[in-house]
Amino acid sequence: MCETPEVLDARGLLCPLPVIRTQDRIAALAPGTLLDVMATDPGTLQDLPAWCRVHGHELVESAQSGDEIRIRVKIR
Amino acid sequence: MSNPIKAVALISGGLDSMLAAKVVMEQGVHVEGVNFFTGFCVEGHTHAIRKRKGRAPKRNNALWVAEQLGIKLHIIDVIEEYKRILLNPEHGYGQHLNPCLDCKIFMVKKALAWGFMQDNGFDFIVTGEVIGQRPKSQRKDTMPLIAKESGAEDRLLRPLCARNLPPTLPEREGWVDRNALHGFQGRNRKPQIELALRFGFNEWAQPAGGCCFLTDAQYSRKLADLWDAQGHKDYALDDIMLLKVGRHIRPAPHFKLIVGREKGENHYLEGYRRQFTALKPVSHEGPLCLIDGAPSSADISLAARVVARYSQGRNAASVTVAAEQTDGRRQELQVAPFAPTEIPTAWHV
Ligand code: SF4
Repeated sequence: MCETPEVLDARGLLCPLPVIRTQDRIAALAPGTLLDVMATDPGTLQDLPAWCRVHGHELVESAQSGDEIRIRVKIR
Repeated sequence: MSNPIKAVALISGGLDSMLAAKVVMEQGVHVEGVNFFTGFCVEGHTHAIRKRKGRAPKRNNALWVAEQLGIKLHIIDVIEEYKRILLNPEHGYGQHLNPCLDCKIFMVKKALAWGFMQDNGFDFIVTGEVIGQRPKSQRKDTMPLIAKESGAEDRLLRPLCARNLPPTLPEREGWVDRNALHGFQGRNRKPQIELALRFGFNEWAQPAGGCCFLTDAQYSRKLADLWDAQGHKDYALDDIMLLKVGRHIRPAPHFKLIVGREKGENHYLEGYRRQFTALKPVSHEGPLCLIDGAPSSADISLAARVVARYSQGRNAASVTVAAEQTDGRRQELQVAPFAPTEIPTAWHV
């Protein structure tokens, strides 16, 4: 199955703003949806997975190239 | 059980709010946490900007607490609304620019609004307050004031000191057993630490002064300086984030230098360099410096001498410093580094 993920651009924001923006975006998305969060604050690599764990969302993958971070979340 | 009793707990990331939530969870109450981001919050990251030995791991403490407790945590952006509280606190400031009492009222009110929204359906609010813990905001007479002015009234439960206060609705209704709540008071942290150990917690974050930078003397001084220089009290998020890092040096009312103190801070300041005139030594290793304000070319030369003083070329006769304006114009200046004594103490904010 190939589905196009939703994208949230949180680049340039400092923690915890990328987490807050993700949380607000997810509130409006249906379970099963994939969301790609783009960020630049390295703190996101810690905080977003932690936020996913406490809310029970699945962290599909996280990747970093240069200053850019991309974290894919599957909404539960 | 069809409809479990539900409580919203204010989670700061510190020990007290963690324990307060745990105490009611132990009584079978469903707890979810809220955490408010004012822009002044002390988080793992901002502390970790400076690379100190043995520093705490990079993490958001509120999220970490939620994970230890196994509860959901909702982080709420209150940056804009918080300005009203900080710029004009009805109950005044604490020792520094911390409007703790107004802040507590505001946060309980926000938690109430969030928790009692139609879909959320929460029954009461939990905070980690302890009578006598903080001289300004956590006193016997401020407890009822916070309950009243926030609108939470007797739906506000402080599990750590409830036994010293009149019974609240959750106690009267039997949602929680008053006998299983606590009667802590004063600044002694021993009862909290004992309780933490009893719950099996062996690690917690304990910010020294309070939950935010506003209780920090140096931070408050920088904020007061910002307001003085602007001629009025106001701020943008970037302003207050930048007050958290670097040496702040104000040679004149119309401009201020923000000089990175080490790699982590220089990296942090990099993120802002397009918004300010930015200086960096090129002939020697040295810090990144942002100039806040409207510097003249003489001011930029002076700034370059300050930057040179904090570079590896501090003892050299001349240091080359690159200055880049916000419009991309770049020039190189050859300057003689200031001697430490040539930078007046009064310039340091
Ligand atoms: S320390 Fe800061 S966040 Fe905590 S109550 Fe005081 S003003 Fe509010």
